[in-house]
Amino acid sequence: MERREFLKKTGPAVALSAVAGTTGFVFHNREPVKHRNLLAKSASFEVSTDPTLPVLTSATNPDPVAALNAALDGIGGIGRFVHQGERVVVKPNVGWDRTPAQGANTNPALVSEMVRLCLGAGADQVTVSDVSCNDPRRSFLRSGIREAGETAGARVMLPAEEDFGEVEMGGVVLPRWEVLRHFVETDRFINMPVIKHHNLTLCTVGMKNLYGILGGRRNRLHQEIDQSIVDLAAFVRPTLTVVDGTRVLFRSGPQGGSLDDVTIENTVLCSTDQVAADARAVEFLGLSPDRVGHIVLADRSGVGTLDYQAAGYMEIA
Amino acid sequence: MTIRTVRNLRRGSQIVFFSIFLWLVLKTTFDVDFSPAEVSEIQLPYPVSIALEFDPLAALMTLLASGTLYKGLLWSLVILVPTIFLGRFFCGWVCPLGTLNHWMSGFKSERKARKGKRLLDSNRYKPYQQIKYYIFFFVTGAALLGSLQAGLLDPLPLLARSIGTAVLPTIHTGVLAMTTAARNTGFGPLEVAAGGIYDALDVAMLPYRQAHFHGVLLIGTLFAAILILNRVFTRFWCRGICPLGAMLGIFSRFAIFGLQKDQEACGGCNKCLLNCQGGDNPIVGSKWRQSECHLCLNCQASCPDGALDFRFFPQQEDTRENPAGTSKPDVTRRKVLGSLAAGVAAVPLFRSGDTFAVKRSPFLIRPPGSLAEEGFLERCIRCGQCMRVCPNNALHPTLLESGFEGLWTPYMIPKIGYCEPSCTLCGQVCPTGALQELALVEKVGDDDTPPMRVGTAFFDRGRCLPWAMATPCIVCEEWCPVSPKAIFLEEETAIDIEGNEVLVQRPRVDPALCTGCGACEYACPVFDRKAVYVTSVGESRSEVNQILLERVT
Repeated sequence: MERREFLKKTGPAVALSAVAGTTGFVFHNREPVKHRNLLAKSASFEVSTDPTLPVLTSATNPDPVAALNAALDGIGGIGRFVHQGERVVVKPNVGWDRTPAQGANTNPALVSEMVRLCLGAGADQVTVSDVSCNDPRRSFLRSGIREAGETAGARVMLPAEEDFGEVEMGGVVLPRWEVLRHFVETDRFINMPVIKHHNLTLCTVGMKNLYGILGGRRNRLHQEIDQSIVDLAAFVRPTLTVVDGTRVLFRSGPQGGSLDDVTIENTVLCSTDQVAADARAVEFLGLSPDRVGHIVLADRSGVGTLDYQAAGYMEIA
Repeated sequence: MTIRTVRNLRRGSQIVFFSIFLWLVLKTTFDVDFSPAEVSEIQLPYPVSIALEFDPLAALMTLLASGTLYKGLLWSLVILVPTIFLGRFFCGWVCPLGTLNHWMSGFKSERKARKGKRLLDSNRYKPYQQIKYYIFFFVTGAALLGSLQAGLLDPLPLLARSIGTAVLPTIHTGVLAMTTAARNTGFGPLEVAAGGIYDALDVAMLPYRQAHFHGVLLIGTLFAAILILNRVFTRFWCRGICPLGAMLGIFSRFAIFGLQKDQEACGGCNKCLLNCQGGDNPIVGSKWRQSECHLCLNCQASCPDGALDFRFFPQQEDTRENPAGTSKPDVTRRKVLGSLAAGVAAVPLFRSGDTFAVKRSPFLIRPPGSLAEEGFLERCIRCGQCMRVCPNNALHPTLLESGFEGLWTPYMIPKIGYCEPSCTLCGQVCPTGALQELALVEKVGDDDTPPMRVGTAFFDRGRCLPWAMATPCIVCEEWCPVSPKAIFLEEETAIDIEGNEVLVQRPRVDPALCTGCGACEYACPVFDRKAVYVTSVGESRSEVNQILLERVT
């Protein structure tokens, strides 16, 4: 055989094996298969403490907007929490396909006022979002929160599959978990829970409301509900917790459904300490905070303080 | 107006009606803006099932089976009455599945069978075209005994079902997989391109979230087979199978519009036959068949000699060399009676078995507002609109859950999605009334109205965390949407593996309060086989399928 002919005949085979070999070596992986990339390392959005101001304020007024403004002014005003050019995420409870009067979701009037205040303080962008339990489209519509957020100028983001990513939480039962990216890719986090009854935790207020940033199969968390709430609250440190006590769902929570399950309290709480906020809020449900498992555990774990009176509490009529 | 202009009008008409149909199916989804202050109930902004209401076969069959013509189905006269005068214009000008078949048959092929002599021969009228009439008489027979089988093959429900449950979810899954793959490459331009395609499709056709339907492979395969067969025989489905085409063919019996052939002018080029859609012998020298013709007008438009003429009151001498057309479908009385009898006999055959009468599947949970099973099977045309509109992907086409008789009728799989209490969309889109339209109060109930129940929840205590594993949970109770809750709790002390006492709340169901919505089953953390599950017992639509004896108070 001629050399030329030999090269011609073997050339394609040699070239193909070279490609196969190169491909194999380029993609060769001796390491164990890696986890996906993490979204964020921390979710601490707090402002520095100010000893001249109370940690928790409470304002009662039949007009929810007035109540919110009064409580907020008492704790230093919006300017203390939101600054020029910052991205803010507002996290109301939009868990359920319920109307505002049924008290299962945060009062939309408070959400729109909060968005307006943040934009007024110079926020670059205000996002309103929640990972609803019921269908998010229905929940955001029937709760009135979509309309409230959009008319006030916020970006209302329904959870979309591609917007979830894992974070390292470092908790006891939540070492890592999927969260909605809007809640960690932000400068300020304003938690806006509503006060509701819940049979397993006795109540759901601020810290439990943080469940709404989670994706994945969060129904498993009920097995260690107190620890998982505290894990989450230790990881997510909101800038401000604004508790909607305008309507309180005192039974059949967290969904309710009947107007008979709701009492009107006309109160808004503002706090820089989520444990203090929850401790005061559960009194609307006739509970004592030191009887509520996750509040006690959060206090003991150093997430905040249960004794809100000692921490600095101001009531505004 | 020249015949070519008319043919172009026909092409335009096909495009317009196909687009309308597709648009309506795409709009059969919950995607509306409204403010709760204005409306207490969510309504779709468009009458998305209107295309199905124009279906004469659905109208006739539900009329035969149920004895009434439901609401919008009166629109079907708009198709039927002109057909009586003109012939099967619907097949050539309107039918969206016919249009798809037309396009699939039309584009150029490498296959020898699709060219020249073989194509000519396959376009002549063939005995297999009788099959559709026998299918039509079979489903008519079944409808006479209250079993509506026409929907399986009726082109409008078939297309709505295929697009809604198979084609669109397949596109959705495919596009999501493509986007993920592109993102995983970490190559910027590719990610941007994939994201752009996803966003474009998302705006155009994808619902808010990916739907997954039960047993969809059969629906998808049938649809693919219908389309692919066009590559072997021009419009095989329309010529040989379609029961709606058969019905319209029968109703063309007294048409006053038809084809007149001039033997003198004909140069024998065969172009008419090459372009024929219906397989109705438009060629000079053969008997033209009114009942097969789709009125596509290709034959007349392609005739270079002006030998063919569609006209009112066609007059043509019936000669041996050039027989006049006939409007009589090519069927024999015996076979017609035979297929009718087979359809009639099929119903007692279906129902003498156990599935319908004595052993209905406990998991056959019909959508809220469903009629009792007899009435339901009289009306459901299996169009899949309810499945597509359901915001929670709760409704699915059955395979054998309601027997062979109920193939592709809707049922709820709570593990995939539960019934949202405030939602009444499925009843709004049902074109035949198999699902009744419900007002919100009829769905959720109040002091005077009982809520609509579709079943009852039961606990599997061997799998339930507080019952079997001394572990707190009660996610089911949290999700139970009725007030007062149908799931109640009993506090008990359990002993864990180390002998410690653990206080757990154990859930139980009150069947008097449970509506069977399935939220508990959906939310239960025992993921693969749920520890709480819904069966159909207690459903409002049945008098028999009940547990509780009720007290008159």
